[in-house]
Amino acid sequence: MVGVSSAGDMRSAIPRHAAPAEHRPAAQLGLAQRLTIGWRDADRAAGLRTHWQRYGPLPPHPSRRLIEAVTRAGLTGRGGAGFPTGVKMRAVVERRGPAVVVANGMESEPASEKDEALLSRAPHLVLDGAAAAAAAVGAPAVAVCLPRGKDSLLAAVRYAVAERARAGCDHVDFEIYDLPHGYVSSSETAIVSWLNGGEAKPTAVPPRPFDKGVSRRPTMVSNVETFAHVALIARFGPDWFRQAGLPDAPGSMLITTSGAVGSPGVYEVEAGTLIGTALALSRVDGRVESVLVGGYFGSWHDFSELKDMPLSSAALRGIGAGTGAGVIVALPAEACGLQETARVLRWLAAQGARQCGPCTFGLPAIADDFTQLATARPQGQLLDRLHRRLGVLSGRGACAHPDGAVRLARSALSAFAADARMHASGRPCQGARQSRSTRRVLPIPEGVEGWR
Amino acid sequence: MSRRLAINPIACTGHGLCADMAPELIRLDEWGYPIMPDGPVPDDLAVLARRAVRLCPALALRLDRVGSGR
Repeated sequence: MVGVSSAGDMRSAIPRHAAPAEHRPAAQLGLAQRLTIGWRDADRAAGLRTHWQRYGPLPPHPSRRLIEAVTRAGLTGRGGAGFPTGVKMRAVVERRGPAVVVANGMESEPASEKDEALLSRAPHLVLDGAAAAAAAVGAPAVAVCLPRGKDSLLAAVRYAVAERARAGCDHVDFEIYDLPHGYVSSSETAIVSWLNGGEAKPTAVPPRPFDKGVSRRPTMVSNVETFAHVALIARFGPDWFRQAGLPDAPGSMLITTSGAVGSPGVYEVEAGTLIGTALALSRVDGRVESVLVGGYFGSWHDFSELKDMPLSSAALRGIGAGTGAGVIVALPAEACGLQETARVLRWLAAQGARQCGPCTFGLPAIADDFTQLATARPQGQLLDRLHRRLGVLSGRGACAHPDGAVRLARSALSAFAADARMHASGRPCQGARQSRSTRRVLPIPEGVEGWR
Repeated sequence: MSRRLAINPIACTGHGLCADMAPELIRLDEWGYPIMPDGPVPDDLAVLARRAVRLCPALALRLDRVGSGR
């Protein structure tokens, strides 16, 4: 079940005209309502007619002009990597031959619900953006990739695609695929591999998808929320897009909050909103000392350090963090962050594709070390060994899976340093001693059914 | 011409021959998988690097021109 809120003031509702952005400090940023118009009262997807009432029709867009608009808007990918979307579109269009567009709705990040919320509330926004991008990069078809097993989500998107076919409003064909829902199966090379008839596992780069992707064609793989923003940029232009957010983090973004909050769920905020402000939207519940930001490839931080930081990758980079997939988890003060991290690391280790040595052997090793730490049952020189192992794994896989696990583990050792010292000497912290009675905070999905 | 050792981590099966051939450049982690040097290969070690590339049983090693993309 997806909790959704779009209450509050509307700082960036859809305009009549687009004035150049006025720059407001991050402290003044907050809730936005662009993608989330009408979500509060809806329990199902907006149909095509409602969608057009809200946003107007998608204007015809000469290809290069849309790429220019997306570039000037400063839109970055909303799936986690944060790559500039205009640069990606240009790279695809500059390659020869027909291109392919892939809308990535896999959302393998367990603490994120925003892609599912978006696709099940406003599927036409995503499909508009993918159609516009396909026209811009010269792609005759769009592959919409969704997690297998999410039947109601698949049904909502299938219904929306059928609606568009009846209305005859697109010049591209939409194909819907359901892929195995593993953590690494949502990476762009894994999706391309699966669409090419292989397993949904990451492949070695080069070649990158923009160069040789689906059927060896130049392929634009972007997150579904990214396409929803493209749909609005195509309508209202880059100046309008930049009216929300910060100069180096423009627009709005969907976030998913959970943990020690009264109203967990999906919110749309201006990019650059202070993390404390973003978390306050879902009512912080009780005492919170630590926050996980980004996702399971993200990082733990003291809430006191994080609350005045803007949701901007440029700003967060300075403290070794990133906005990732917009995940913000408030750890209840009574929970043990080391135990939460150990559970996630064991799951991440099991989610590896077993392709690269450093990931196949390294991740289970650090997950074991972390479990010893979390249970305060250290063997040998636990912390030395763990730090040494964390030091050799980054950058050595075909994909960034080991890098993400290492980032999470390191940030936990830093954010929970005092607890880690206690645990490493065999004395569990108070949270760990009481963990039987406290609920688990970070969700761990069930196993996947394979790679095909 | 400056060159850098690069590995296809999926192809690599951890034979470890590269670390035998070019210990000045490549060391193995505790699981037997090679760790590539950070910078470009120094000229006086280029022969070793080329031999490691040639003898890799998994054809997982290569020498990339520095600055020629990834």
